[in-house]
Formats: sequence, C-alpha cells, structure tokens
Amino acid sequence: MSRKKVEKEVEVKHTPALLKKRKPNRSRIVDMIIYLFLILVAVLMVFPLVFAVSSALKPLDELFMFPPKLFPQNPTMDNFSDLFVNMGKSWVPFSRYLFNTVFITVIGTLGHLIIASMGAFVLAKYDFPGGKTFFNVVVVALMFNGYVTAIPNYLILNNLGLIDTYWAIIIPAFASPMGLFLMKQFMEGLPMSLIEAAKIDGASEWRVFTNIVMPNVKPAWLTLIIFSVQALWNNRAATYIYSEERKTLVYALQQIQSGGIARTGQAAAVTVIVMIVPIAIFIASESQTLETMASSGLKD
Amino acid sequence: MKEYISKYFTLRRHNIDVAIKKAKINKMCYFFLAPYAILFALFYILPVVSSIILSFTYYNILEVPRFVGLQNYISLILEDEVFLTGVKNTFLIAVITGPIGYMASFFFAWLINELPRWIRTIAVVVFYAPSIAGNVFVIFSIFFRGDAYGYVNALLMDMGIIDKPVLWLVNPDYMLPICMLVILWMSLGSGFLSFVAGLQGVDRSQFEAGYMDGIRNRWQELYYITLPNMKPMLMFGAVMTITQSFGVCDVTMALCGYPSTDYAARTVVTHLFDYGFTRFEMGYASAIATLLFVVMILCNKAIQSILRRVGT
Repeated sequence: MSRKKVEKEVEVKHTPALLKKRKPNRSRIVDMIIYLFLILVAVLMVFPLVFAVSSALKPLDELFMFPPKLFPQNPTMDNFSDLFVNMGKSWVPFSRYLFNTVFITVIGTLGHLIIASMGAFVLAKYDFPGGKTFFNVVVVALMFNGYVTAIPNYLILNNLGLIDTYWAIIIPAFASPMGLFLMKQFMEGLPMSLIEAAKIDGASEWRVFTNIVMPNVKPAWLTLIIFSVQALWNNRAATYIYSEERKTLVYALQQIQSGGIARTGQAAAVTVIVMIVPIAIFIASESQTLETMASSGLKD
Repeated sequence: MKEYISKYFTLRRHNIDVAIKKAKINKMCYFFLAPYAILFALFYILPVVSSIILSFTYYNILEVPRFVGLQNYISLILEDEVFLTGVKNTFLIAVITGPIGYMASFFFAWLINELPRWIRTIAVVVFYAPSIAGNVFVIFSIFFRGDAYGYVNALLMDMGIIDKPVLWLVNPDYMLPICMLVILWMSLGSGFLSFVAGLQGVDRSQFEAGYMDGIRNRWQELYYITLPNMKPMLMFGAVMTITQSFGVCDVTMALCGYPSTDYAARTVVTHLFDYGFTRFEMGYASAIATLLFVVMILCNKAIQSILRRVGT
C-alpha cells in the first residue's frame, strides 16, 4: 500500500499535470498546434448554438440591434412567455404542439425500448434458425433511410387507418433498426453463464429477461433512448399528420419562422426548446452512451 | 453424379431436421422476436418490396395501379430534367460532404482521444451537439440573409470584399455551397460517437509493443495500430455517413425553400416528395425511391469492400 503511494508520488513529480499519460513518441510542438486547432474548431461548432440561445434571451430591441451583440445586455425570458401567452390565444395553442411532440417522443421511445430489447435478447444469446438471417436483414436496413420507404409507408398506414393520428409516427418508430442493432451488439458482451445460472435456479425466460438481462444493459438503454428521442423529437411529421391540432413542435417552429419579423423573438425561443432536449439527454447519459457505442462496430 | 445428388439431398434433409429440432427447443425465441419482427416486416421489408413493384406501374391512389413496364424509369432518366438536376445536386453533396464529414469524424475523435478525461467529455458534447440539435440549422438562414442586415453580408461589406448584399439563399450559384457548409457542420454524428468509443477500447499493450518495434510518430501509430483496430467502427461510421449523405433534403428545403429558385437546390429526396405527396404520382415516386435504394446499398457494399483492406 505504502509502496504504491510512493510510486505514485514519483510519477506525479515527473509528469506535467495536463498531459498525464504522455506517450513517448509525441512532439510537444505538434501537440500545441493540435490543441489550438481543436479550440478553434470547437468555437466554430458551438457558435451557432450559443447564438441561438442568446437570441432567445434578447428583448425585441436588442434582436434588431445592428451590429448584433453576441450576449444579451438585458437578458429576459419574455420570448418564452410570449410563446405561451400570445400564442396561447391562437387557434391551436403553442402548448398543444409541445404536448404532441412530448407524447410522440415518450410513447415511441418507450415502446421501441421494450420491443427492440426483447428481439435483441434472443438474437444475441440464442442460436435459433432464422435468427442470423433476420439480423443481417436489419443491418441492411441500416443502409437506407426513411425517405426511401416514405411512400409505401404512407399507403400502409393509410390502409391501417392510422394516417392523421399520433400512431402514424409512433408505431413505425418501434421498429427502428438502429436500436435493435446497438442493443444486440451490446448484449453479446453479457456472459452466458449469468443467464444459465438464473435458469438453473428455475427462472423462466421472461424472468431472465426482466430481472437479469435488462438491469445489466442499462448503458444500452440510454443509448437507445438518445437515438430514439433525437429522431422523434425532430420529426416534422407533416406528411402523415395533417390536422393542425396534432402537428409537432418542429412544424410549429417552421410556421412561426415564416411569420416573419414580428415573430423573430418567439422563433428564437422555439429553436432553443427544440434543441435543448436532445442535447440535455445526451449530456446526462454521455459516459453510458460511449460505453454502448464501443460495441457498435460492424464485423463481417 | 446421381450418387452425389442423392447425398446432397440427404444432407439437406438432415440439416432441415436439425433446424426444426432447434427451432422447437428454442420456441420462446420466436415469441420474443415476434413483436419486433412483425413491425419490422410491415414498415421496412414490405415497403421496399412494394416500392419496387409500384415502380413498374402508374398509380395515383384513386385508380387501381396500371402496369406500365419500364416507362417510369425511362421518363425519369430521359425526359425529366429536374430529376437530373436533383441527381447532380445529391451526387455533388454526397461526394463532397460524405468523405469530408467521415474523415473529420475520425480525425476529431482521434485528436480528442488524447485529451484528459474531463476536457474530452466536454469536447465530445461540443462536437456532437450540432448533429442532434435538430432544426437549429435554420439559424444559418439568419446569418446568410439576403439583405444588408444579414450578418455575413454585413461582415463582408464592412471588410470591403463585396459592395452590395449577396442573395445567398436565392442565387443558384451560392445555394449548394452554403447547404454543404451547414451539412458539414452537422456531420459529426453517430459515426463520430462510435469512433470516440472505439478509440478508447484499443488495447494499450499494443501501443507499447509498437514503441518497442520502433514506431516513431503518431502518424505511423495511427496507420499501423489504431486503424486496423478500429475497422468495425469504421464500417459502422461509413454506413451512417452514406445513408445520411444520399438522403439530404431537410437542410436544402429549410434554407433554400421548396421549390427553390431554378430547382437549384433540388435533391433526389425532394423530387421524391414532390411527386409522392404533392402530385400523388405514387408509381413515378416509387421508381425514384427504388433507384435511391439501389444506389445506397451498392455504395455501402463498395465502401465496405474498400475498408476491409485498411491497414493490411
């Protein structure tokens, strides 16, 4: 114990604080250039986001100030309250759009999590005829995006009578291939002995799934939630839903923006609401998400 | 020969018997997979199949589909000039933003990987945020506004580079480059995350062995040790990038309008929406979707076979 401490102290003395695990073959000058470059790019990446937040906090006179200031002089929440007060009186109140999007996102993500985990569990842990083929088809489905299937999907949803309901967005989201893929890859890392031990103790398959497997793959849950929320929260849904009172937040955002100069402040506020939710969830779950993505590789 | 064929069939019959037995033992597997499998078949497999079938018909929802053979494809390629503009734009965007975005994802993930833990955590959020921030890219339409109050115009006029405001999002010359800029800003997506995670999983002892064997600088280390270890993640990232770059439509529609001036910002997907949901020519739109589907799959397969050779 004490020896370890001494060793540690020696190590600390000999290495600069910032670059703890320096590799032997690195030149300091190149390191510095790289850091400067990274800082520069990071500022460029984050600038539009910061700008969006700061314009949402600006009162109307500052929004039209020229040249613009990056940070508001008198920050205010007026733009946000305007959304609910002014637009509360419009035909479809703003809170309704917010409710629609929250409803679609929550139900869609929850269902996707349960259904995809069930499928991923048997695909990862059991060898049954057709399983591998099915998974390969799912991987092929990763290779094309939703636009390719938009038209037949419209016809299918129409036949099922789901057009112009929330379910037109929610049910297809249950089957998103990305979630199943990530979940299956992550579950493959679970030791089979864990499942067998539970079975010897007399647990049914369903018990194994709910009490052993699911608690052990929490990082993958969060990753699934991140991807699903991001897709559903940003869904414009204008092709499958045409009743105004069922339209989503992103659709409302576009409406408000096309409202022109008078709506500038409110548009900035909606932009912030739209972007803040996925980013906040990602920040909260970053380390778990990265843990899951480590098993995301496509092997052949 | 006869003997060979009969042996082959015995073997096949045996294999089928084994498969059936296995299926019976693992009956519960099918119950677990069923909910996902049914929905997946309904919303992913069936649409692709019916899209291929519909692409050979004339179908406007009201009448029964009428078989027209290859007519849709022929008019797409030979008669529809707007479609060709769309193909050209999509191709330009994919060829430029795809590889740059992919390489930038890997490059930044690699640079971030050597930072201390807490800086790395912040850096990942900063680089990844634009791609999940949804429709925030509309903020660029404020930067690139066409009058003298657009920030880019004002800045360039102040500096004396231009003497009158440029209509960035209306002038066909500038539309595509601006869209590409915005797409690149959002291109550090799930591939980037996969790279960051994969780089942390590379076995440290391999690097130490590499130093012993005389790897001199970080570039050699990248090529001989890091890249071969990252192959599965590189594949995943490539799939994500290709899928995204051929599906461009959100950015062009939001920034340049729909339809845009002279169709200068039309992409294949915009064209698909135009025919599918505005004109309701479902057969014609299906032909566009089928072509897009085939190109995406072929492109993925090609890139995968190239990536397989990395580091060998």
